[in-house]
Amino acid sequence: MFEYLKRLYHKLGSPKYFYDISGRMLPWLVALSVLLLIPGLIYGLGFAPPEKYQGNSYRVIYIHVPAASIAMSGYMLMAVAGVVVLVWRMKMAEMVAKSVAPIGASFAFICLVTGSIWGKPTWGTWWVWDARLTSMLILLFLYLGVMALNAAIENAQSAARATAVLSIVGAVNLPIIKYSVEWWNTLHQPASIKMTSSAIDPEMLFTLLACIAGFYCLFAVMVILSTRCEVLLREQRSNWVKKLVGAC
Amino acid sequence: MATALLQTVKLFCERDDRVLIRDLDFALQPGEVVQIEGPNGSGKTTLLRILCGLSDDFSGNILWQGAARRRVDSEFRRDTLYFGHLTGVKFSLSARENLRWILQLKGIPPHAPGLDDRIDQALSNVGLYSYEDVPVYSLSAGQKRRVALARLFVEPADLWVLDEPFTAIDRKGVTQLEGLIQAHAGRGGSVLITTHHALDLPTIRKLQLGLGRGTWQIQ
Amino acid sequence: MADPIVSQPLRAVEVPSMWSGMMAIMKRDLKIAFRQRSDMVNPLFFFVMVIALFPLGIGPEPSTLQKIGPGVIWIAALLSTLLSVDSLFRQDFDDGSLELALLSPQPLFVLAFGKVIAHWLVTAIPLILVAPILSVMLYMDRDTVWVTLYSLLLGTPVLSMISAIGAALTVGLRKGGVLVAVIALPLYIPVLIFGTSAVEAAAMTLPYAGQLAYLAAFLVLALTFAPFAIGAALRISVTSQ
Repeated sequence: MFEYLKRLYHKLGSPKYFYDISGRMLPWLVALSVLLLIPGLIYGLGFAPPEKYQGNSYRVIYIHVPAASIAMSGYMLMAVAGVVVLVWRMKMAEMVAKSVAPIGASFAFICLVTGSIWGKPTWGTWWVWDARLTSMLILLFLYLGVMALNAAIENAQSAARATAVLSIVGAVNLPIIKYSVEWWNTLHQPASIKMTSSAIDPEMLFTLLACIAGFYCLFAVMVILSTRCEVLLREQRSNWVKKLVGAC
Repeated sequence: MATALLQTVKLFCERDDRVLIRDLDFALQPGEVVQIEGPNGSGKTTLLRILCGLSDDFSGNILWQGAARRRVDSEFRRDTLYFGHLTGVKFSLSARENLRWILQLKGIPPHAPGLDDRIDQALSNVGLYSYEDVPVYSLSAGQKRRVALARLFVEPADLWVLDEPFTAIDRKGVTQLEGLIQAHAGRGGSVLITTHHALDLPTIRKLQLGLGRGTWQIQ
Repeated sequence: MADPIVSQPLRAVEVPSMWSGMMAIMKRDLKIAFRQRSDMVNPLFFFVMVIALFPLGIGPEPSTLQKIGPGVIWIAALLSTLLSVDSLFRQDFDDGSLELALLSPQPLFVLAFGKVIAHWLVTAIPLILVAPILSVMLYMDRDTVWVTLYSLLLGTPVLSMISAIGAALTVGLRKGGVLVAVIALPLYIPVLIFGTSAVEAAAMTLPYAGQLAYLAAFLVLALTFAPFAIGAALRISVTSQ
């Protein structure tokens, strides 16, 4: 098992292998995300039972929660890729980390927008300095910092390494930031308003799970597509890319 | 054959999609002076930076006294002196303070016996007698350069990596530096040097770069 | 040429002690800082001026100023750290002494650590010393002033460490300044939260030891891990020229 994983890891380190295997995986991932998202979202936004206290406004949860989860895991993915970049000098990890940043940032942004859309009927204002929204805002800032650094360095490899250091530092800080913000929030406003009510209908739960899984597949599709572009750009002088482009 | 001081095995380096050095196999023996030649942009400085550990943008192996360099990194750095385009001289410190600091960085205890005498001697050797305590910013460009060159008189090292050491140095200084290099080689030290100046040394090997597509030649 | 002193070369110690390396770079940087005093004084002026702007912008009512005082002092401290840190490694990068540091047998993180400590001593200590006066001008009482002092003492080294990471990552770039801010500001947030909250708690005569303990914990974390990040970042910046 371990040997197999090790071999897979080495194979995935080769851009050509990644390009081939991701090309074969893509249709399946696209199909999976369509199959999960379209019914999930239609049911969630249209037919799932309304929530006891919030009525229909809670339905934004089917986008908000997956976006929040993906924004978080995206950052973690970037940090893990960063470790691989710094320790094993793997080129593929550089490209993955670079692709994840803007996609993760978009999900953080979506989470903030849907959060404020949800906030209007629930709290009566577009923005509340709620602990989770604030942490998400800071996560977006962290993403923006990583992207700004990556854009500022011309050499792709050194950009990837510098970004790797920053995203690892950010990932180490993320739990501390989250904890601090929660602490700050309880200090400044009593925790009377909670975003999710404690008892969740099983029907809602399954719909939500389907949406989360679907958005994760969509995230994977986006990361893979963007990484494939990066592979072609970075490997443009290699023979297999020349052949591939020539064949088109 | 004795173990080479520094050896490269299939060293390969490209920069911005241009191959600078392809499969360089090269050994530097103790007591040897090697001049790296080539037109501007042929990768001389890049090669020196790779060889002294300032750049890891390469593939292939570098051996230090027969062992992989990354395994003996600390010894390698202790026994190597790098003199680059940027000299590392601090303008608001005096020449003496600069040298003291550079030697301390190299692991020489600040209270080593006779350290101050050696530093003063080195500074007077490069013609900075009576300038020891003047802040470096008030020296001329050539004198600033000489502060850094004084390192060659005091800093203990087996390998000297000199990147264009003659910049802004007058003719007398050049002759002196040539003598210094020769003396270092005579003591069993090795020198890697790039310069556009024709070196007046009896024994010197030349590594020619920039012959197209990363090819090279040793004379 | 063949001088008797020179012909016997100096010997470097086999394993250089990290402590002496750190002290050496610290002393050098302190010496340089005292010779170029503007680098030292400007962040202080900035700190004082920013704090003086708040009453002018918001109005001089004691109750308002008392309320915003802790936040104002902390944010000013944070911005002044940010401003001063850009020059932390830039000079060394430009004159090549960073290359020498990279090639020295000393590990880079030790040297980076020494540099950051020296930087903190010359930029943050004056600021901490002036902060009590400014706190009084923002109508804080005596106990609160003391807590401001403690919180700054514990929190500013963390800020220095964090911003040093940003500075090390951007030192090779021509446009450093704003980028360092974008990188470092989000990472400042925990220190800001607990620093202000300690001062606020003291102003309301509530216990504040917990917040200070958190700041101390952040300080320990930063001192333990940040030097490695700074060292790695410097290596990347120097080797990728």
